[in-house]
Amino acid sequence: MVGGPQPERIVIRGLVRYVDERSGGASFLRKALRYVFPDHWSFLLGEVALYSFVVLVGTGIYLTFFFDPSTASTYYHGEYQPLHGAEMSQAYRSVVDISFKVKAGLLMRQTHHWAADVFLVAIALHVFRIFFTGAFRKPRDLTYFVGLSMLVFALLEGYLGYSLADDLLSGMGLAIGYSVLMSVPVVGANLAELVWGGPFPGTPAFWSRMYVAHVFLLPILIATLIGLHLVLVAARHHTQFGGPRRTERKVVGIPTFPGYAPRTLGLLSAVTAVLFLLGGLVQINPIWLWGPYHVADATNGAQPDWYLGWLIGALRLVPSFDVTIGRYTLIPNPFWGGALFPMLVFGFLFVWPWVERRFTGDYAFHNLLDRPRDAPWRTAIGAAVVTWVGLVFVAGSADRFFVTFFVSYGWQIWFYRVAVWVVPVLVLLVTRRVCLELQAGERVERERKLAEAEARRAAEASP
Amino acid sequence: MSALRRWLVSAFVLLVGRGRRPARVQRAERIVPLEPPSPRAELLVLALFGAASTCAVGFVVVYAVESIPHQTQFLGLSLGLAFAFLAAALVLIAYRLVVTEELEEDYPPPAHPAEQEALEQLVEESGDRMTRKRLLLLGGGAAGAAIGAALITPALSLGPIFEVAPFYRTPWRPGVRLVDERGRPLRADEILEETFYTAYPEGADREELGSPLVVVRLQPAELHLPPGRDGWAPDGIVAYSKICTHAACAIALYRKPTFPAVEERPALVCPCHYSTFDPARGGKVLFGPAGRPLPQLPLEVRSGGELRAGGNFSGPIGPSWWGVRNRSAS
Repeated sequence: MVGGPQPERIVIRGLVRYVDERSGGASFLRKALRYVFPDHWSFLLGEVALYSFVVLVGTGIYLTFFFDPSTASTYYHGEYQPLHGAEMSQAYRSVVDISFKVKAGLLMRQTHHWAADVFLVAIALHVFRIFFTGAFRKPRDLTYFVGLSMLVFALLEGYLGYSLADDLLSGMGLAIGYSVLMSVPVVGANLAELVWGGPFPGTPAFWSRMYVAHVFLLPILIATLIGLHLVLVAARHHTQFGGPRRTERKVVGIPTFPGYAPRTLGLLSAVTAVLFLLGGLVQINPIWLWGPYHVADATNGAQPDWYLGWLIGALRLVPSFDVTIGRYTLIPNPFWGGALFPMLVFGFLFVWPWVERRFTGDYAFHNLLDRPRDAPWRTAIGAAVVTWVGLVFVAGSADRFFVTFFVSYGWQIWFYRVAVWVVPVLVLLVTRRVCLELQAGERVERERKLAEAEARRAAEASP
Repeated sequence: MSALRRWLVSAFVLLVGRGRRPARVQRAERIVPLEPPSPRAELLVLALFGAASTCAVGFVVVYAVESIPHQTQFLGLSLGLAFAFLAAALVLIAYRLVVTEELEEDYPPPAHPAEQEALEQLVEESGDRMTRKRLLLLGGGAAGAAIGAALITPALSLGPIFEVAPFYRTPWRPGVRLVDERGRPLRADEILEETFYTAYPEGADREELGSPLVVVRLQPAELHLPPGRDGWAPDGIVAYSKICTHAACAIALYRKPTFPAVEERPALVCPCHYSTFDPARGGKVLFGPAGRPLPQLPLEVRSGGELRAGGNFSGPIGPSWWGVRNRSAS
C-alpha cells in the first residue's frame, strides 16, 4: 500500500521550501501559525470591522470605474424616467447611471453603503468592548489610540462617501459641514475657504479634492493604521478574561493554524454574505428619489447615515446662542454641536487611559480583562457618557418621532435639552450601585461556598 | 455509454475506496494532536461547498441573462448565499474537521531592560563627538520647522485663504428683478398668501449662497419689521435670504396655515435643524439653533408690478464665522 510520498506532501514541502529559502520566514511563520487566540465572542467585533473594510475596498474599487467626480452641469436623459430633463452634475448623473445602467452597479453601490454602516457599527461596539473591559490599559494604550484615530478617519471617510454622490442629501450634508468648519473660532472661515476653494458651494476643484480624499488618502491612511493596529495587537498578544490557567503571564486559546484560520475565514465569508444580502435585498440611499442638489433646495425629514446621527442631534439641540461682541459674531452656533461636542467625546476617549491611571494609581501591565463590574467607576462613567451621546443621538430623530407619534417637536427638544444633562448623572449613580451590588453578591457567594466546604470537611473529620 | 461507465467506476472507487488511504507517515512527534476522523462532517462540508458553487454559478447566470427580472435582488441573493454557504462550510471545518486544541503560551515579556539600556547608551554615545549638542539640536529643529513650513505653503493655493469679502458678496443690487425657477420675472400680484416662493436675481448665478430668496405675503397689519425697514415690504410682501444663518441649508418649509393651538405665528423653517424664523418680524429667530435673524431683502414694486430688489440684504447671508460683521451685505 505504501508507495512514494503522497502528492499533498510533495506540494506542501515544495511550498514551504520555496517560501523559506527565499524569505527566511520559516521560523517566523511557524510561530505565527501557532499564535494563540483567546476565544470570546466580543473579540470578533474588531474582525467584523476589518472584514467590512475589505468589502468596502472591493466594492469601492468597482464603483471608481464608473463614477465621475465632476460638477459640470448636464441634463439627464437616461434610464430613469422621472428625472428626465433635470439639470444635474456629472457626479450625480454617474451615480444614477451606476444604479440603473451598470449591471450589478446598484448591488455594488448598496453593498458599499451597507458595508460603511456596518463598518462603523462594528468599530463603535469594538470601542465599547475595549473600554468597558479595560483592554486599553498598558501595554495596549497605544493600540487603543491608533484605533480611536481610525474611528475619526472612518467617520470622515463615510461622510465624504455619501457627499460625493451630489444628491440633495449630499448637498445638505456638505452645507452643514461647511457651516461647522466656518464656525471654528479664529480660523474657521479661512479653513472653509481653503477646503472649498471659496465660499460654498465652492469651486469644481473641491469635488476632485473630496474624491481623492475618499478613494485614496483616507483609505490608505486607514489601511496603514489597521496594519499598525494589528502589528501592535500581535506584538503584545491578545487580552483574555481570567479563568483556570488564564493568568497575567499565560494566554490560553486556539492557535492560528489549524484552529483559528477557518473560523476567521468563516467570519470573513459571513460578513461578506450579510453585506451582499443587504446590498441586494434592502434598499439604501435611493439617490434618484432625492434628486440633484441645488443651494436653494432642501427636503424635510432628512437624516444622515447613522454614525453622524449624534452630530445632527447635537446641532439641533443647542439653543439659539452665538458668542457676540457688539455687532460682531465671534463663535457661531454650529460650533457647539458640530465641533465642540465631538471634540469633547473624542477628547474623553483619548484622555481616559491617562485619567484612569492618574486616579487609580494603577500603572501596571494588564493582560487580563476586567469585567465591567470589576471597575465600578470606569463602568459608571462610561455608561454615563454613552447615555449622554445616546440621548443626543436619539434627539436627532425627534422630527421623525413627531411625524410618527405627533409629539410636538418643540416639546421634545426641550425635554432632551434637560434630559441630556440629568439622565447621565442618574445612569452614573445607578450603574455604580449595580456594579458594587454584583461584587458584593459574588463575595457573599464565595464566602458561602468556603463555609460549606469547611462544614463538609468538619463533618468528614468527625464521623 | 462508455462515459457513463467511467463515471460509475469512478464513483464506485470513490465510495468503496473511502478510508483505504496510504498509511500516514509517522514522524518523531506530532505537533497537532490526532483526533478521530468525522466522515459525516466531511460530507456536509462537501455539500456546503457544492451549494456555494451553485449559488456562485447562479450569480453568473443572473448576470448573463438579461431577461431575468429584479437583477439587483437576485444578484445580491445569489452572491450573498454563496458566501453564506462558504461561511457555514468554513465554520464546520473549524469545529468538526480540524483539530480543536487549546494551547497555552507565555505572554511576551513586558520589557527588555538590558536592550533598553543598550539603546539609550547607543543613542547617547553616538553624539559624543558633538560639543554643543543643544545648539545643534536647536539649529536642526529650526531647519526642520522651516522646511516643513515651506512644504506646506503651496497648500495655500487651494483657496483664497485671507479674504473674507467673498463671504459678504451677493448678486443683489437696487433694481435687480426677482425671477422664479424658470427665469420668469415675479410680479407682486402673483404672490399669494399662505404659500412661499423661491426667487433668484435675474441673470445671476443661482448656485451662490447669496442668490436664492424666499418670498411670502403677509397681511400688512401683521408686519412688525425692525426700525429702518419702512417700505421694505410693499403690499405685505417680504423677501428673505433662503439660506439659513445656522448651517447654510435652504429654508424649504413655510409654517402657514398654522396650527393655532401650538404655533400661532407663520414661520419660515429650515428642515436641517429646524431653525424657525419669523417673517413678520424681520426674520427673528423663534426657535431652533440659529444664532441670528434671516437677512431681509428690501423689495420694490415698480411700474408693471414686477418685484425688484430695493437694495441689498439687512445682514450677511449664510452661516456666520469668527468676526463676521452684522451689517448690510455689499
